[in-house]
Amino acid sequence: MRKFNGGKLGLFILMKGVRMVTLLVAICFISFLLVKNSPIDPIQAYIGADMLKVGPEQREKIAEYWGLDQPVMVQFLNWGSAVLAGDLGTSMIFRRPVIEVIGERFFNSLALMLSAWLLSGVVGFVMGVIAAMKKGTWIDRMIKWYCFTLASTPTFWMGLLVLMVFSVWLGWFPIGMGVPAGVLSEDVTLMDRIQHLILPVLTLSILGVANVALHTRQKLIVVMASDYVLFARARGEKGFALFWRHGLRNVALPAITLQFAAFSELFGGAVLAEQVFSYPGLGQATIEAGLRGDVPLLLGLVIFSTIFVFVGNLLADLSYRVLDPRTREVRKI
Amino acid sequence: MSILEVENLSVSFKQYTDGFKEINHKVISSLSVTLEAGEILAVVGASGSGKSLLAHAILGILPRNASISGTIKYKGVELTAARLATLRGKELALVPQSVNFLDPLMRVGSQVRTASNSEDVVSAQRKVFERYHLGKEVESMYPFQLSGGMARRTLLSTAMVSGAKVIIADEPTPGLDPIVIKEALSNFREFADKGCAVMLITHDIESALQITDKIAVFYAGTTVEIASVKDFVGKGEAIRHPYTKALWRALPQNEFISIPGSQPHPSSLPPGCLFAPRCEIATPECEQAPPDMRELRDGMVRCIHAT
Ligand code: SF4
Repeated sequence: MRKFNGGKLGLFILMKGVRMVTLLVAICFISFLLVKNSPIDPIQAYIGADMLKVGPEQREKIAEYWGLDQPVMVQFLNWGSAVLAGDLGTSMIFRRPVIEVIGERFFNSLALMLSAWLLSGVVGFVMGVIAAMKKGTWIDRMIKWYCFTLASTPTFWMGLLVLMVFSVWLGWFPIGMGVPAGVLSEDVTLMDRIQHLILPVLTLSILGVANVALHTRQKLIVVMASDYVLFARARGEKGFALFWRHGLRNVALPAITLQFAAFSELFGGAVLAEQVFSYPGLGQATIEAGLRGDVPLLLGLVIFSTIFVFVGNLLADLSYRVLDPRTREVRKI
Repeated sequence: MSILEVENLSVSFKQYTDGFKEINHKVISSLSVTLEAGEILAVVGASGSGKSLLAHAILGILPRNASISGTIKYKGVELTAARLATLRGKELALVPQSVNFLDPLMRVGSQVRTASNSEDVVSAQRKVFERYHLGKEVESMYPFQLSGGMARRTLLSTAMVSGAKVIIADEPTPGLDPIVIKEALSNFREFADKGCAVMLITHDIESALQITDKIAVFYAGTTVEIASVKDFVGKGEAIRHPYTKALWRALPQNEFISIPGSQPHPSSLPPGCLFAPRCEIATPECEQAPPDMRELRDGMVRCIHAT
């Protein structure tokens, strides 16, 4: 009965895969060149304040150790072949394998982003639905005003505001970091982690709802004015049942797609929010790696975030194909 | 007693231009028709004459910015908003014009089931599908998978499964091939013969003449003539209104000449007879005031010079 377009879907994923690989190569190359040409001296950044104590010979040794004395292209190729072999290199600032640093940071970021993603998706959707169903009333105007105001608010500013209100004034939450300061890592409880997670999630969600809410509102207004809703009313359907039967599925589909596609924005927002809250996630690592010229880590992060955003977009596309019967089922007449 | 009576119905839309100026567009004005049990009444008019709004007005599903006056009675009792809410989809059903009126993301079978008022909705839906030669596989299809004929039969099924006494079919045959049209029309005839009533809103006077009993001619938001199908013969001598005559003459098997000009827009209706700007026999008198509907030779006409 339900025939899945197996072949077509496979081809679609294959094409996407090819596109991702080419994109990755290009992005890595550009980032590599950018970092190499940036005014930051990786050795200086690595050694930091001890620079004065390091003589030119030692400098050269370090450069040789990191392979920094070779031409840029050679460095890139060396790095590239290592990556292909599964070795992302060693982070200069953490002095640990890049893959380990990213793995650990990724878990933190994932907790943050996933919670923010779910929260903003659900809350935004509900807000959009309420606004559309009560179109033109004060509640609709409030929701719209909220969304338009927030759409133009920078994340870091909102982060600072949240921090000031909830941590400094009200003292409800810790001021930052991923875990309490001065506690051994074995002693950190899940509760501690959640406590540190709440404010960054709140910051991201407060901003994240605007997009989904406005989109859902617009879409639901169109759906409620559609011929099929008119016909449903002619058949005696009304109120919540009408929305549940015909409104919900017709707006949920684009909302889900939109929310997946917002992965990139979420990632960008997380970078800033993590910085404000000193939350040890990928974003914070990216900024540190950039500022201190940690090329292996930075490139590892670039690869990782590209894949992350790409997967988000892929899921958006796939969700549409799988959930929408118009693309899911072959035409049969 | 008539099953459905529409008396003096007017529908207008509020529209804001330049943000502040409120304009009332009168899309239907003093329209009256009656529908008898066992009868098919065709409401015939050109596209864009507001015919669909008549269907929506009767069912009470006009948009919020529409205001409505006049009375609509069902079985002799006025159809108030509250009464409509209980009858809509049960006694009164709509057959819409195209597949776009089905929820694109819901299986056709479930949509027909939600229209059913019986205890066992599944068997009710299967029965009606069987009656209209819709295979069992159609049940689990989505609207986009339906062919034109299947879509029309599905739309008809939603009305039939509800057990309604009055069906208002809004342009149910556009873009269908002649065989399908014929089948559609005979479905309506069959329904009416069971003692129910059908209001067939259409622009297609030719197919309307094949199955209906009575024709109401719709022009610029109102009825200009109500005539028996029997009046449409020969050169149309028995037809009362100049517009109806023009429609009759425009048919291919007759003279095939259409009248010049177009219907007036709701925002600029002529002060007198709405047809005056295009009427061959108009006199200055016609532009004074809108003529009233009057009885003439067993029919009704809205023309002061009709004989
Ligand atoms: S009232 Fe006058 S203008 Fe109108 S249809 Fe009759 S003759 Fe023509």
